[in-house]
Amino acid sequence: MQYLLLIYTSESEEAKMSEATVAGIIGEYHEFTQSIIQGGQYKGGERLKPVATASTVRIRNGKTVITDGPFAETREQLGGFYLIEAKNLDEATAIAARIPSAKNGSIEVRPIWPMS
Amino acid sequence: MTQQAEAQTPAATAASTAETVFRQEAGRVLATLIRLLGDFQLAEEARQEAFTAALEQWPAKGIPENPRAWLVDVGRNKAIDFIRRQALFRSKYPDLETSAIEQAAAAPGEDEADDAAFGDDRLRLIFTCCHPALNIEAQVALTLRAICGLSTEAVARAFLVSEETMAQRLVRAKKKIRDAGIPYETPPPHLLDERIAGALAAVYLVFSEGYAVTSGENLIREDLCSEAIRLGRLLDALLPNRAAIQGLLALMLLHDARRKARVTPGGDIVLLEDQDHTLWNWPQIDEGLALVERALRIKGKVSPYTVQAAIAALHARAPRESATDWPQIVGLYEVLLHIQPSPVVELNHAVAVSMVDGPARALNLVDSLAARGGIDDYHLLSAARAKLLHRLGRREEALDAYRTALRSARLEPERRLLARRIAEFDEAPTPG
Repeated sequence: MQYLLLIYTSESEEAKMSEATVAGIIGEYHEFTQSIIQGGQYKGGERLKPVATASTVRIRNGKTVITDGPFAETREQLGGFYLIEAKNLDEATAIAARIPSAKNGSIEVRPIWPMS
Repeated sequence: MTQQAEAQTPAATAASTAETVFRQEAGRVLATLIRLLGDFQLAEEARQEAFTAALEQWPAKGIPENPRAWLVDVGRNKAIDFIRRQALFRSKYPDLETSAIEQAAAAPGEDEADDAAFGDDRLRLIFTCCHPALNIEAQVALTLRAICGLSTEAVARAFLVSEETMAQRLVRAKKKIRDAGIPYETPPPHLLDERIAGALAAVYLVFSEGYAVTSGENLIREDLCSEAIRLGRLLDALLPNRAAIQGLLALMLLHDARRKARVTPGGDIVLLEDQDHTLWNWPQIDEGLALVERALRIKGKVSPYTVQAAIAALHARAPRESATDWPQIVGLYEVLLHIQPSPVVELNHAVAVSMVDGPARALNLVDSLAARGGIDDYHLLSAARAKLLHRLGRREEALDAYRTALRSARLEPERRLLARRIAEFDEAPTPG
């Protein structure tokens, strides 16, 4: 099965981190990504720019409406994701637990709806 | 009875034997079908079809030598037919259909039917039903439905929700198992202890709900207590020599053994200190006591269930209330406060302290617990305070505390007990 691992972290906390801390986390991410590539579970993954850069698109009354945001009042924001292949939920959650941000943020594990 | 049996036709005998087999084997047949088919819903339907087929065929052809294996075999074949029929209509998901058929057809029949395989299947299913990715209500509902074989209606009644609500809860849970890929597996060794803890929490919730229901007319729901004990025994048989499992089983056996003494025929509560010990189930207490001893001897971290069972054991061992070993009970509550602190444990600790050091020190503990907040609505706290104040001769405050307790108690027998206590203030002089 495929799972999307959604990484939620606090942007405001991250903004306060020292450069050395950020560099350390980036190193951990690099190591983690390499390990799931070698394990054959990696299908894709990216880091996202902060929510301040987000735009929302809706079609209402036949017209495309583009707005700034969304800026929901949440403690954590979606900061990145991995798409992985795992045997089952236990394997997926075990991989999610190895994501560096699991230590202070949270990882949502969502099964992919297979389309064919 | 014998005459009746002799008068029955062989067909009728076969039908009633079939009913008995279904009742006994429902859980095991389902567990194995789930493993073979990899789908909860499909397995439930397959089991139903197998039962229907048995009712048709056994009266005519006689009961098969191994009815359980027969049911599994027929159920699996029915499911394969069903998947193939579906595949004709829905060629959209060819991969899915093929893999399910392959999985189902690949399993050899006879070997799968031995007791060891069935035991493993039930264990796997317990871990699936109690997977932490399911919420605890769903875990308990699935466990009662799939492992204990309770009907959806019975599970709904146990948790005071409508049958429709419970049916939806079960459907949602089964859908999550399938869609999220919750495995039908015994967890790998590094997850086993944690997952056992999860399964035990679900079993304990079933027991607690049966032992002291949270609201309604009756204090005890015996069926839930019995099912929880049955699950505990099953876990103990499948995973022997686990302290937490034995501790929980002992705890449930010891508490449940006092069932008959805890309530009057009229449905009123009888507190431990007033219970008639001859009404206790002594063989069950002996079994519980032996289990506690074994659980305590297992090396490793002591389980909170074992400590609670050890406390229950001291109560059971006391020939009468006044001979209870309260100092040791205080000590055990202190262990419990250390490994699993909670307001309820603190309250019970305070009550035990009152039996060793007197009510004044206990009242300090209870007041400090109350001052920290969080359990204002907890009627047992007010009732305990009331009793301590009464023992200290502070009548007015005691009466106030009993009234507070009555306002927050939701269970009818508890409300009657508190009302009796309040009424006694008008009749009896202050003790001590």
